[in-house]
Amino acid sequence: MTQQVPGSPAGEVTATSPAGGPPPPTDGPDRPVPHGSDAAHRRLLRRQRRSRWDLKLSPYLYVSPFFVLFALVGLFPLLYTGFLAVHDWNRAYYVRGEYVGLDNFTWVLHDPVFRKSLVNTFSIFLMSSVPQVLLAVSIAGLLDNRLRGRTFWRMSVLLPFVVAPAAAVLIFGSLFADQSGVVNGFLRELGFDGIRWHVDRWWSHLAIAGMVNWRWTGYNALIFLAAMQAVPRDLYEAAALDGAGRVRQFLSVTLPMIRPTMVFVIVTSTIGGLQVFTEPRLFDDTPSREGGADHQFMTTTLYVYVKGIEDQFYGRASAAAWILFLIIVAIAVLNFALTRLLTRRSAS
Amino acid sequence: MHHIRRSTRLLASAAVASLVLVTSACGSSDDPTKSAEQEKLGDGEALTITTFGEFGYDALIKEWNAAHPDIPVKQTKVGKWDVWKADLQTKMQANKGLPDVVAIEGDFIPALVAAPERWVDLSSDEVDGRWLDFKEKAARTEDGALLGYATDAGPEAICYRADLFEKAGLPTDRAEVAALLGTWDDFFATGEKFKKAVPDANWYDASGSVAQAMLNQVEFPFEKADNTVDVSSPELRAVFDTVADHIDLGSKAAQWSADWTASFKKGGVATVACPGWMRANIKSNQGDPAPKGVQWDIADVFPGGGGNWGGSYLAVPKSSTHQEEAQEFAAWLTAPEQQAKVFAVTGNFPSQVEALADPDVIGGTDPYFNDAPAGEIFSNRAAAITVQPYHGPLYSDILQKFQDAINRVDQGTDADKSWETFLSDVAALQ
Repeated sequence: MTQQVPGSPAGEVTATSPAGGPPPPTDGPDRPVPHGSDAAHRRLLRRQRRSRWDLKLSPYLYVSPFFVLFALVGLFPLLYTGFLAVHDWNRAYYVRGEYVGLDNFTWVLHDPVFRKSLVNTFSIFLMSSVPQVLLAVSIAGLLDNRLRGRTFWRMSVLLPFVVAPAAAVLIFGSLFADQSGVVNGFLRELGFDGIRWHVDRWWSHLAIAGMVNWRWTGYNALIFLAAMQAVPRDLYEAAALDGAGRVRQFLSVTLPMIRPTMVFVIVTSTIGGLQVFTEPRLFDDTPSREGGADHQFMTTTLYVYVKGIEDQFYGRASAAAWILFLIIVAIAVLNFALTRLLTRRSAS
Repeated sequence: MHHIRRSTRLLASAAVASLVLVTSACGSSDDPTKSAEQEKLGDGEALTITTFGEFGYDALIKEWNAAHPDIPVKQTKVGKWDVWKADLQTKMQANKGLPDVVAIEGDFIPALVAAPERWVDLSSDEVDGRWLDFKEKAARTEDGALLGYATDAGPEAICYRADLFEKAGLPTDRAEVAALLGTWDDFFATGEKFKKAVPDANWYDASGSVAQAMLNQVEFPFEKADNTVDVSSPELRAVFDTVADHIDLGSKAAQWSADWTASFKKGGVATVACPGWMRANIKSNQGDPAPKGVQWDIADVFPGGGGNWGGSYLAVPKSSTHQEEAQEFAAWLTAPEQQAKVFAVTGNFPSQVEALADPDVIGGTDPYFNDAPAGEIFSNRAAAITVQPYHGPLYSDILQKFQDAINRVDQGTDADKSWETFLSDVAALQ
């Protein structure tokens, strides 16, 4: 497929362009009838036009599958959610109700559970994304050295990423179980009290952040590693000649050189970190699974799910989803502005 | 350049506009109150029914299929009501994928009555007067349509472990135990005594199950007769406070959670508020045959009088394309003869007047429970029910929040604070 893409249109364009181009510079020697043959002329014009359209349209056609898919599964749900967010929802009949304007937004913003979910989301996000990026950079820095069995080490950091989240939660669920968990058993062995991982708000966030970090650190480390491998080696040689040690080289050469990748990873992990769902949903051991009996670790995506699917308030759930969307966009823009500011300052 | 940019912008806005159009078209299609077009069952097609937990229908469906080769039935079983409820709601919303016959937990039947136009009216002369009054009334709309056929009823007795009672120095004989637990005060006082003697075991299985049992004796638990939500009644608060004061008597695990299941084997549970269907859960949690030394029994008593917990219904959604066959099948399944057979297999207590007089039901004993005369006991318990709590359309949802509130207290939250959260949770449901 991809090989055909540049091949076929380009071929046609080069074949027609010497003959075409109004007005024709000179009559080609192999043109059978110089003038008078309207049919041939028209055919030529048509071919010309087609090739011009081809040149203009084809690139868009080639990229269109992505955008068509995006419109179907990305843009459409986004707009439909916005549409539902300004409507009431008939819970008894499971159908859309009347237009209510911004009522749902007002309701959600005044809901203490929603506010709690926002705090939880940011807390889990900070506990996961920050250590995750720091740890991933350090691991990548270590893997960037000449190690024996390099592939083995590199593959093993990626291993947690391959494990399905549901399976990971099962593992962590038994590690962090309040009564019979391995972690609490270890703590008690050392003479401490066990921690109520499912009950205490901030400890539960830490446990959930732990799961997220366990899954994503290795993945981010590999992305950083790829960026580090692209740093020209002579920079290190020059630095070494100037007497820079390994740490200094890492800080003054590696980090500035991988800044674009850094931006990418920070933005993607921010978006991911604000949308944590599976971990808190499955970590819960209460029957209703709404982020703990006191919603102590209910994230905003979980709130959207509970409001929409379980409590059957589609309007409110859609409003909450849009608020979350706007928050994520705002943070992404902030991220972008900050990094641009920083790069410009370091460039000058 | 400028032209191109403008035309792209035009194109983009056209695309968005058409999307929005498609969107609104999608939203308004498929009127769920309209009956689906009826079809004949084709070759290889079958009537579908989805049940949850254990309805005891496996053998009955085999029997039906043998007798009706032209209307074969296929059953889907879902583990828990909560799981089926979530799935059911998603399907209700899409108005697609619903089975021809839907099993509905009794607490959810008010939600059907609140949206009667989505369900087929199942009333017919054949089933007139088939059920206990309160079961039938719960599924009837104001206009007299019958939206569900009752399967079983849930008159509650007390299931108890005689071996743990003996260990605690309490009487073990059915009649003596019954005399011991006449009121809730007696029940909790005996529990304190028990807990002192056998600290490792739990007096009851879960705070939530005792709360539910007490709630089943409150006339208007969450909603008034006009369906307005009212959770400020002193009776409701009294149930909450009583249970919150005694959390140390239970396992502190939420009912139906993994810890709750495990608590039957680990430490052990002395008493369970026990509708007929609960016996199947006790058996599977404890292990069947029972571990050595473990002896369950049933006492013909319920603290505070009688109470009904659960009992399900079969309903036919309007999206079914075989409504007539579905109704015929549901009527057959819930006929007294069939429910008497179910009682013998799973212990689900019939809700049909005739089945209650069936000598097989009345004379039924349960070997797992020390050969207790289960039929006689549950018939007595059904007769002892004096209060039939009013359940409005939000009952099932508010009950879940109420259970969460009890669960928070189990986990160490202050009772008053948990109650506040409950009030705001309920407010969020309206």
